[in-house]
Amino acid sequence: MIVIVDYGMGNLRSILNKLQRMSEDVIVSSDINAIEQANKLVLPGVGSFETGMANLQERCLLSVLKWKVLEENTPILGICLGMQLLTLSSEEGDVEGLGWIDGETKQFNLGEHHSSLRVPHMGWNSIDIHRESPILHGVHSDSEFYFVHSYHVCCRADSSVIATTNYGYEFASVIQKERIYGTQFHPEKSHGNGSSILKNFIERA
Amino acid sequence: MLKARVIPSLLIKSGKLVKTTQFKDAIYIGDPVNAARIFNQKQVPELILLDINATKDNHPIFIDIVSRVSDECFMPLTSGGGIKTIEDIRQLLNSGAEKVSINTQAVENPSLIAEASSTFGSQSIVVSIDVKKTRQGRYEVYTHDGTKKTGIDPVALAIKMEEMGAGEILLNSIDRDGTRQGYDIELVKKVSDSVGIPLIASGGAGSIEDFSTVIHKGHASAATAGSLFVFHGKRLAVLISFPTKEELESSLSKV
Repeated sequence: MIVIVDYGMGNLRSILNKLQRMSEDVIVSSDINAIEQANKLVLPGVGSFETGMANLQERCLLSVLKWKVLEENTPILGICLGMQLLTLSSEEGDVEGLGWIDGETKQFNLGEHHSSLRVPHMGWNSIDIHRESPILHGVHSDSEFYFVHSYHVCCRADSSVIATTNYGYEFASVIQKERIYGTQFHPEKSHGNGSSILKNFIERA
Repeated sequence: MLKARVIPSLLIKSGKLVKTTQFKDAIYIGDPVNAARIFNQKQVPELILLDINATKDNHPIFIDIVSRVSDECFMPLTSGGGIKTIEDIRQLLNSGAEKVSINTQAVENPSLIAEASSTFGSQSIVVSIDVKKTRQGRYEVYTHDGTKKTGIDPVALAIKMEEMGAGEILLNSIDRDGTRQGYDIELVKKVSDSVGIPLIASGGAGSIEDFSTVIHKGHASAATAGSLFVFHGKRLAVLISFPTKEELESSLSKV
């Protein structure tokens, strides 16, 4: 069973609908028992880092997620804010993240050289693949995905960075450490390339 | 780098997909969900879905259509029509839209834009501005699906909306709507140059070259079209089409 973790951060209809086309066994839930049963977890999310962590805590989901991911090695896919929450901390608020990826979430700092670029980074942009990953099976560099975000992940270990995207500078757009995956873009809104990533997560992660 | 965006616009009247000319003479096109499915197959970068008679006829928000269209969309969806409250916006976003487009209320109740952008984030709030040229050659904002004059200058409204927290401007030329005569470049440039947020130009697209012109000469960040993507040939047969990625890229790279 794939469980899309519902922690009150944005609309989950799109991701549910898209995963249901690929698997019969997908639910949206904030129930600890359901999450315990999951063999794949999806952590989506739109909104602020601080509220995201507070909502996970409020729903008592931190310990069950930690147990599933770190002890049971259940694959998890963090999308957008969900990917950022995998890191240790964020410049967006003074709270600890899940900390499973050794890195931080930082605000876009485009400086004076890129005055024509606006934040949020919103729209279709391409990825540059740095290492092989089950989640990118059949996906090539220069494939385009849909992004909407003002913050991005900085990994301390290069080995966690699977693909980068350029917006003023290179930032991590796909990360992986063991069975923990993250995409900064929205695969559920990225046509065939996005579907490939969701399918890979279901079949290969 | 970010790609320039070309976006089909779908207009809904009383639950049906229609296309207008100068905001009038709605022609029935078909079923919006089916159209969305075809546009999805053609891999359009985004889709806009607007209920055009919601405000005028005081309809409730078209949640059912938005939900069914969004289920077909493997791309971002902007929807609007008749939005009056924060709750209306929440319902649309929960139905699967990434962004909402607010028109009449942006003029009548600008504080809604401020509240909406602080609640849902600027990236999800689009302000749609409908404009007509007066006999004296001045541009004027209209509301209520182009039926109500406001006396407001579109540049002033766009600047105010940016201050209120709007994330994008959808600028429609009522005079060019459905005419296929090309975008009103003068209008687009005036408004686009006066704001820092992205602007989507709407009204008048008649060929793929028009996108390039409005983006390069009008400084629009994106362009939307209706007739061009739903009609075919001189007799205006209904046929949904969309240029390939290669056609668009080659056209947009020409200045």
